[in-house]
Amino acid sequence: MQVEAALGRAGLWFGVLLISLVFAATARDSGFAAHATIIAIVSFVLMWISVARFDPMGKARGFFQMPDGPSRYDDDPIRWGVLATMFWAIVGLLAGVFIASQLAFPQLNIEPYFNFGRVRPLHTSAVVFAFGGNILIASSFYVVQRTCRAQLAFPSLARFVFWGYQLFIVLAASGYLFGVTQSREYAEPEWYVDLWLTIVWVAYLIVFVGTLVRRTEPHIYVANWFYLSFIITIAMLHIVNNLAVPVAWNGSLSFSAFAGVQDALTQWWYGHNAVAFFLTVPFLAMMYYFVPKQAERPVYSYRLSIIHFWSLIFLYIWAGPHHLHYTALPDWAQTLGMVFSVILWMPSWGGMINGLMTLNGAWDKVRTDPIIRMMVMAMAFYGMATFEGPMLSIKAVNSLSHYTDWTVGHVHSGALGWNGLISFAAVYFLVPRLWKRERMYSLRMINWHFWLATLGIVFYASSMWVAGITQGLMWREYGPDGYLVNSFAETVAALHELYIIRAVGGVMYLGGAVIMGYNIWMTIVGRLREEVPMGAMPHYDPDKDRPIARPITPEPAE
Amino acid sequence: MSLYDHLRHFADSYGLVALMVLFFGLCLWVFRPGAKQPSREAAHSIFAEDEFDGRNDGQ
Repeated sequence: MQVEAALGRAGLWFGVLLISLVFAATARDSGFAAHATIIAIVSFVLMWISVARFDPMGKARGFFQMPDGPSRYDDDPIRWGVLATMFWAIVGLLAGVFIASQLAFPQLNIEPYFNFGRVRPLHTSAVVFAFGGNILIASSFYVVQRTCRAQLAFPSLARFVFWGYQLFIVLAASGYLFGVTQSREYAEPEWYVDLWLTIVWVAYLIVFVGTLVRRTEPHIYVANWFYLSFIITIAMLHIVNNLAVPVAWNGSLSFSAFAGVQDALTQWWYGHNAVAFFLTVPFLAMMYYFVPKQAERPVYSYRLSIIHFWSLIFLYIWAGPHHLHYTALPDWAQTLGMVFSVILWMPSWGGMINGLMTLNGAWDKVRTDPIIRMMVMAMAFYGMATFEGPMLSIKAVNSLSHYTDWTVGHVHSGALGWNGLISFAAVYFLVPRLWKRERMYSLRMINWHFWLATLGIVFYASSMWVAGITQGLMWREYGPDGYLVNSFAETVAALHELYIIRAVGGVMYLGGAVIMGYNIWMTIVGRLREEVPMGAMPHYDPDKDRPIARPITPEPAE
Repeated sequence: MSLYDHLRHFADSYGLVALMVLFFGLCLWVFRPGAKQPSREAAHSIFAEDEFDGRNDGQ
């Protein structure tokens, strides 16, 4: 029976291998041929594994010291997800430092594969979808099992979600370098990669909902509401935004189903809701689970968290048009986008306050627990970014800030400060639990990571504020003759030093992530670093704890 | 009138009212009498477990 099953699997992979070889040989463009070759290689490896009945996963699990043995929860996909998170974080941040350096030193543009235009989507997709997506899938599988007190439904489908998502990332990232792109912001992969992601995403929904259905806890904890809305909404956004007609079945080129301003609005309806339902809502799910767990205190107000949820659901979907101020989009739509963006400030800050107030009575932990410190800074950056965003969406402000580096700075204070730090905190929370270790290898290294990341963001955001306002003012400066004063090249030259400062901030943030990688590796191999506990009381000498002795003799008055 | 016009008028009349009612209804629902205790229990529910082997030791 086993032999027959193995042969059946091998036959299936052989079929996939043949089809992908046909596609590779007849492809209309080199990018599509390269992708077909990647699929051929993957299916060849899987076929070989089936025939030789070789178990690479067992060996890999041994290498990463994954504990086996009976467990009530299915944690294996989560362990792989955490490792993938760490790997893609370093890749994505490295790509970011590289393109930041390209902007400061254009000589670093290596034609054609590593010029700015190709590496920039690699950076955004690597940090948003690879780093962010992996920690979201992993943490959602962790949280849904714990809060439902049920094992993951459909274990093999859950593994398919993980590996299928990695294949999506590899196809997307390699496509950008080969020049395969449909040029839609945060949705650059072409039609066949989009179809693959749709399949993976539906599988993800089935696993998540299946686990919710199997729950033994009557109430569905609020973090799961946030995760579920993320999965459903991303499916909707992804499908509508990527409606396109491919030119041929064996080529990568496709054309959007929309045209003109409708296409622009579809793209930013998607683009802003990717920020909302990929980078905000599920990370709030992480906040609502990991912050109370790490602080060992329940969320400040459960009812406020529900209102937070419904407000984001009802409001965020309308904010997209603020990306199209002063364009061909009708004025009323621009104003609608602006108004909803400003209204969003309230639930965002309500949620931030809810998260921060969870520490009520436990604020001392900020001094002694660097993971809590990281979570607090993440929530502070959530607050800052959700104030800056509504402000930038106001038309008068936007007329200065739009298309400048201020926007870039705003995105990064949200992405590095909020998404990055809350994800790092969640990984620090998860690793000792998933590998059954007493604690992280080193808490002091978490503290180093915290300060490198925080100072890196400060360098990044402040240099981009100055750069953005400089750019905006230079672009709009008129002379007495009614002509613009500055050429575009002059505005670029004016920003050189600020771009260097930004790259330095990026290097610091990457440095923190490298320290984290080392810390996680040492935790996985089971080491504990001996170190002075954080926030420990300095040496206390009771003999010196007395008033200063004064001379008894009174001094005569002059 | 075209389909677009019909949808447009529905969106800024009945559709708008229905969404507002739904939104405020959902927000007010959590403040219904007797909701305090279930909310408290839900907030504490994440602590009634032991992550290492899933035993419930009723913290």
